[in-house]
Amino acid sequence: MGISTRQFDAVVVGAGGSGLRAALQLAEANLRVAVLSKVFPTRSHTVAAQGGVSASLGNEEPDNWHWHMYDTVKGSDYLGDQDAIEFMCRKANEAVIELEHYGMPFDRLDNGKIYQRPFGGHTSNYGERAVKRACAAADRTGHAMLHTLYQRNVRANTQFFVEWMALDLIRNQAGDVLGVVAMEMETGEVCVMHAKATLLATGGAGRIYAASTNAFINTGDGLGMAARAGIALEDMEFWQFHPTGVAGAGVLITEGVRGEGGFLLNKNGERFMERYAPTVKDLASRDVVSRAMATEIKEGRGAGKDADHILLKLDHLGADVIDKRLPGIREIAIKFANVDPAKDPIPVVPTCHYQMGGIPTNMNGQVLAGHNGGAIVKGLYAAGECACVSVHGANRLGTNSLLDLLVFGKASGEQVVKDLASEALSHQDLPKDAADRSLARLARLDSAQSGEDVAEVGAEMRRTMQLHCGVFRFPDSLAEGVRKMQEVGKRAQQLYFKDKSKVFNTARVEALELENLVEVAMSTMVSANARQESRGAHDRSDFPDRNDAQWMKHTFWYKENNRLEYRPVNLKPLTVESFEPKARVY
Amino acid sequence: MGDMDRIRWQCRRGLLEMDLILQRFLAEDFDSLNTDERVLFKELLGEVDTVLLAWVMGQEAAPKRYDALIQRLQRR
Repeated sequence: MGISTRQFDAVVVGAGGSGLRAALQLAEANLRVAVLSKVFPTRSHTVAAQGGVSASLGNEEPDNWHWHMYDTVKGSDYLGDQDAIEFMCRKANEAVIELEHYGMPFDRLDNGKIYQRPFGGHTSNYGERAVKRACAAADRTGHAMLHTLYQRNVRANTQFFVEWMALDLIRNQAGDVLGVVAMEMETGEVCVMHAKATLLATGGAGRIYAASTNAFINTGDGLGMAARAGIALEDMEFWQFHPTGVAGAGVLITEGVRGEGGFLLNKNGERFMERYAPTVKDLASRDVVSRAMATEIKEGRGAGKDADHILLKLDHLGADVIDKRLPGIREIAIKFANVDPAKDPIPVVPTCHYQMGGIPTNMNGQVLAGHNGGAIVKGLYAAGECACVSVHGANRLGTNSLLDLLVFGKASGEQVVKDLASEALSHQDLPKDAADRSLARLARLDSAQSGEDVAEVGAEMRRTMQLHCGVFRFPDSLAEGVRKMQEVGKRAQQLYFKDKSKVFNTARVEALELENLVEVAMSTMVSANARQESRGAHDRSDFPDRNDAQWMKHTFWYKENNRLEYRPVNLKPLTVESFEPKARVY
Repeated sequence: MGDMDRIRWQCRRGLLEMDLILQRFLAEDFDSLNTDERVLFKELLGEVDTVLLAWVMGQEAAPKRYDALIQRLQRR
């Protein structure tokens, strides 16, 4: 086939927290592991996680995994699978202590145990009162975790392919996955990575939104690869938003600003939260504030020339109070919003933060072959934000993202080790056309003499998602959004860039990334349009309530014809009683 | 040329804040760096994002050799 082939026991795509945790499991079992990453591993987006990782260690006060499980099920708005949630919460202590033994610099108590702090949604005794469950390394937990896991992988002889981008999965006639086709950015060389096991750990795809806290690398490459290979994407309508990101930039403005007396204004200078939440006003919960902001913008009262954002006013606090109580906020606003909040309001907008859905897997990281039953795709595994186990359901509990990647990174690695030892997996013969799909995509891009501009199509996709499928969703707008995304999808098949060089061609990489993002955006829009209820992060104006009778089910979106199928939520935990759905109030 | 393309790619970071700062720097300042400054810039890109951001936001002091570069990043 004219391109080189490299052989490994396992290929891991992505070197953030979940990829590194999984790779470690494989390398320590003396398997030949290749980890592909677009950027140097310690520059993965896991570095942005600040809050901590949850585990019911009970170092500060009584706690146990049942309570953590309850908080997670409730947080998920009862869409999370209770068997997977039980598994994760029970494994949490072991996962954290293991990391401690690897040298993770957790903050400590005077008695030497890991310090734990309270976090939103974490409670003791099934919602009775706040509990200290989050373990952290200052405000750099993700950073410390990445470094710890990377060092450990180096020691275990994991082989890293840095500045490599995976393009497509290789599947044979039987549907088994035999590795990936990948491109080395430095040379533009395309190579087949032939593996017995392939593990996707490519993180989230928050860059589908115009307003996103995600780094530029978060383009859902694993999700695009899965979708193109005929694998479903699960629960893609669920994205977590933060009310106040800087409009046009995405950088978060802490909720502490409103806590200290800052408030939101529409274009008429009206303090609109007084209408939506007369008592608590700007201190209402995240979803209430986000919904109010989205409604103001939707009804034409947004600020700015495009009426597309809200103003966060805090100049009345005075420069001294701002500097003292909200350290760093002026610098952030000046740098990323180009305004000094001591003089002018900060333009803000609800901003996408975390992807709850993803590639459907079971608790062992094995990718599900479809919405029916437990059949798996032989040879394919996924973990972390790109996967949907599902432990986050319709909304993720804070600090459960780092726990997810530790627990399911390890579990998926263990499953690969087991499958290789049992000889359930081997190096199957590569199909003759193994790399054809990727080569055809590249050939089209490289030969195109005209077509659609990558930046323009990307901007149109992000605008469409933000406007039609943002934090608060309106029926007419969703239907229009589906039509617009179909247009975007067509344009994305005609991408064109001028520079055809092979060496570190960022334009080519960005075109390939956009193709992945468009799959994710499409799955999100179509799934959201179909779900006629409000649950967790999916909030619709026409169906304001949760509808357990009809919608206690996971969405499975297939790329072909935008087909939607559903799978019931697993309400049965492994060993304990089920948590029956209740209204989610805090 | 190839080196420049590599640097451009390595300005893709784990933190959105650093993506934004480095994109602006690439667009507006990078061309005016002399050879020594470019070498130093490449070295700077090897630092971790959380640390880089703390330097640029003035929350922590960077090693002396980076002072001039950090000051230029602070204007971006």
